[in-house]
Order: sequence, then C-alpha cells, then structure tokens
Amino acid sequence: MANTDAIIGWKTITFGCHVMEPGSSVKFRTGDWRSQRPVIDKEKCIKCGICWIYCPDMAYIQTEDGFFEVNLEYCKGCGICAHECPKNAITIVPEEG
Amino acid sequence: MAKRVGIEVSIALAEAVKLANVDVIPAYPITPQTHIVEHLSEVIANGEVDAEFVPVESEHAAMSCCCGSSAAGARTFTSSSSQGLLLMSEILFIPGPMRFPIVMAVVNRALSAPISIWNDHQDIMSQRDIGWIQTFADTGQEAFDLTLHAFRVAEDRRVSLPMIVNIDGFTLSHVVEAVELLSQEEVDQYLPPFKPRYRLDPRKPITMGPVGIPEVYSEAKVAHNEALKASRRVILQGWKEFADLFGRQYNPIETYRSEDAEVLLVTMGSISETAMTAIDTMRDKGQKAGLVKIRLWRPFPGPEFRKAAGKAKILAVVDRCLPPGAICGPVGAELRSLFYKVPGSPKIFNFIAGLGGRDVTVERFEEMVDKATAFAKKRPKELYEVIGVREK
Repeated sequence: MANTDAIIGWKTITFGCHVMEPGSSVKFRTGDWRSQRPVIDKEKCIKCGICWIYCPDMAYIQTEDGFFEVNLEYCKGCGICAHECPKNAITIVPEEG
Repeated sequence: MAKRVGIEVSIALAEAVKLANVDVIPAYPITPQTHIVEHLSEVIANGEVDAEFVPVESEHAAMSCCCGSSAAGARTFTSSSSQGLLLMSEILFIPGPMRFPIVMAVVNRALSAPISIWNDHQDIMSQRDIGWIQTFADTGQEAFDLTLHAFRVAEDRRVSLPMIVNIDGFTLSHVVEAVELLSQEEVDQYLPPFKPRYRLDPRKPITMGPVGIPEVYSEAKVAHNEALKASRRVILQGWKEFADLFGRQYNPIETYRSEDAEVLLVTMGSISETAMTAIDTMRDKGQKAGLVKIRLWRPFPGPEFRKAAGKAKILAVVDRCLPPGAICGPVGAELRSLFYKVPGSPKIFNFIAGLGGRDVTVERFEEMVDKATAFAKKRPKELYEVIGVREK
C-alpha cells in the first residue's frame, strides 16, 4: 500500500471525485503489478499486429522494422497477446525476483 | 398568475416538473407512481415541454439513464415506488457522491412479501442511506411546491446533489385536492436554468466515476457526506425565497399546537393531516397533546427537531416501516440517537403504524398518545409497538 499522507484530503478532493485531466491514465503505470511478461520470438513473428490489436492496455508498439515490441511500463502480463498470436510467437515467462 | 384548481396530486406534481422545464425523463411505470410519468409522457408527446422521455426497460436502466443525462448537463427527473425503487438501488448510491442533481418523486408504497401496492414507508426507508436529500410532502400543494424546491436546491452549485420528494402512495398521490398551480413566469422567477459545475463535454473531456482506491475512498465518502450536511443552508434558503415569492413557508420541522404540549406525536407524510385532527380532538378533551412533523428527513435537521420538541416530556414517534429484528423503527432510532443523554430530553416511544395501506385513524393516534403516556409511568419491555395489530 502506498503512503497516503501526501495524497489529497476530503476538503481538497475534486468535485464529485472527477478526474479533470483527460488522458491521465498514462500516468498510471499498470506494469507495476506484473508477475509475468511476454517474450516475442522474431523468427516466428509475421508482423500481423494481432498482439497490438488485442492488447487491452495498448502496451504494444510497432517498431520501424515492422515488428512489435511491448512497453513493460504498461504491460500487466495478462497473456492475451500470447493466447491470440496465430503463430505462437509469444511466450509468457515469469518475472524474476 | 397562479391558479387554484382541483387536481389529482400525481398530476399536480407532474405539472411542477413540466413547469420546471425538465430536459430528460427516463422512467418506468410502477403503481402508484404511474400517473406522474404517464402525464409527463403525454405533455412531452404533445409538445408542451421540450424534453426527452426515455421509456427504459427497467428502473435499474431508468436511474442509470438519469445519471448519464445529468452528467451531460440535462435537467433530469424520474419517479418510482416500492419494488421499482429497489430495482434502482444499485444505481441510487451513485449520483450522490458523483454530485448529479437528479430529482425524483418517490410515491411511497409497501414492499413484498406479501405483495402490496398500498402505502407505507418501507420502500424509502430501505434506501435511507443512498445519500440524497429527502423531503416528505403532507398535501398536494406541498407535493407541487416541494418538487419545484427540489430542482432549485439540488441544482444549486453549492449543493449539486440528487433529491427525493416523498409522497404517500394513493392516500396522497391519487386524491384530488385543491392545489394552487404557479404560472410559468412565477416558476421561472424561482427556478433558474440548470448550469452544472462540470458536465460531460467532448470539447473539454473529464472523467466521471473513476475507481476510488483505498488511499482516496474515505476522503470521497466524507466529501459527499459533508456536502449533504452543508446542503441544509441552501434548503432553508430555497424555502425562504419560495415564501417571499409565493407566501407559503416551509420548514425542516413543522409543529402543530405543540407549544405547551406534554406529549408530542411525531409523523412524516400525509398521515400528519389525520394526526392534526387527532390533536384537535385531544385538545378539546383537555389533553396537552401536540404534533411535530418531519419534512426534511435527510440531512436530518437535529437542532430544529430539538427546538420543536421543546419542553415536551414524551414523544410518541410514528414509523411507517417495521425493520425486522431491529431495536425500533428508523424514525424512532433517529430520535433516540438525537436525544441520547441530552439533559431534560423527552421519553421516546415508537409506534409502527399504517403498514401496507392500513388506515391510521384519529382513534389510533389517540391510542398512541395514551399508550405513550402510560409507558412513561411504566416502561414497556419493547421500545416499539406495532399499533392495531391483531393477535388472534
């Protein structure tokens, strides 16, 4: 649990608990709670982008060579990409430590 | 100019909503609330008010739709009763903390089982803690006036909270009464257009309803509770301005012949009218009995109630709800808490009356006053009594 002392009090919390800043979810690093990660085998990858389409956190990005990479700051390790990959090019491996 | 007409109370309330120039009404019919939304669907279909009527598939959807339309900045109204109110329950807790000023008429009705379409307060008492402002009307005029007051208070930027006007099913909702309907000009004078502090707008996107992680949940709940308590000032101001404009003054707690009373009946809703007749009868017999009516139920007006109870020695508190296994009824429990260890506080006895449409007559009120007087001398085993219930 995070230290709550520095967070806002009831008098200063936003009206209706609204989040006034759009797109602020990028500040929430969902990768923090990951216990496993996808590893992509470029030998098998056909650059179809299914992983990029299915990723619920939009953690996949396409690089200049057409392959896909995962941004581990946002990847929760859910494994959907590995499940959907038509070439079984993605393996889910446990995080160490 | 206002005009005095003989009108069914449900229709009078619906007329108040129409005069409030409502924008969106998501509603689902349920007895005894049906006449209100039926009439509103008619006036919208006839083009008498420029509003959207959403014929939703359930009350759960009705309240969800209310939240959405209020979030978008639309003046929003709905109405429900009994099982319908309970089907809304999941969503009813949401507009309070999210500060959506939805106005709802709850036409109070008993809860199943056994099935009952008739009046008591079990429906609203089961939803007591939804965090809405709640008032109770005794008469048709009050139902009309309090509905306009509800829009005025709920949408005030200092409040921005949902608000319920309770009216008793059938005994109030379906009777024809003389009601002074205000004109459009008069209502416009009292009720400004709805200008929300925040609304969903694609040009200025914000997020409503985010997750409240443990680090902020308590703060969000306290912020809502404090806003509800602070609404008191605006509620009173709304009533004062109503009185200044139209001459009818409403108060959080109303009294009738209570000044020198030794025993006070405490009521909410339309049975207060019968209770007033009972007080007159008892006064004629020389009994020092009076009446205190609770108009504002949430936020509970503690100081006003203490003042209204004055020097009375005994309170005979009437509840229209029997919470199974509880120490006493909800109003009884509220007042016991209010007076707990307050020096010189009255003895409080709780009577559960008028469940599922059982008439509460003048004689019943006299019986309650007599019983409370006797209980003050000899304390009963239970803190409440279900009045008029047959044993055999």
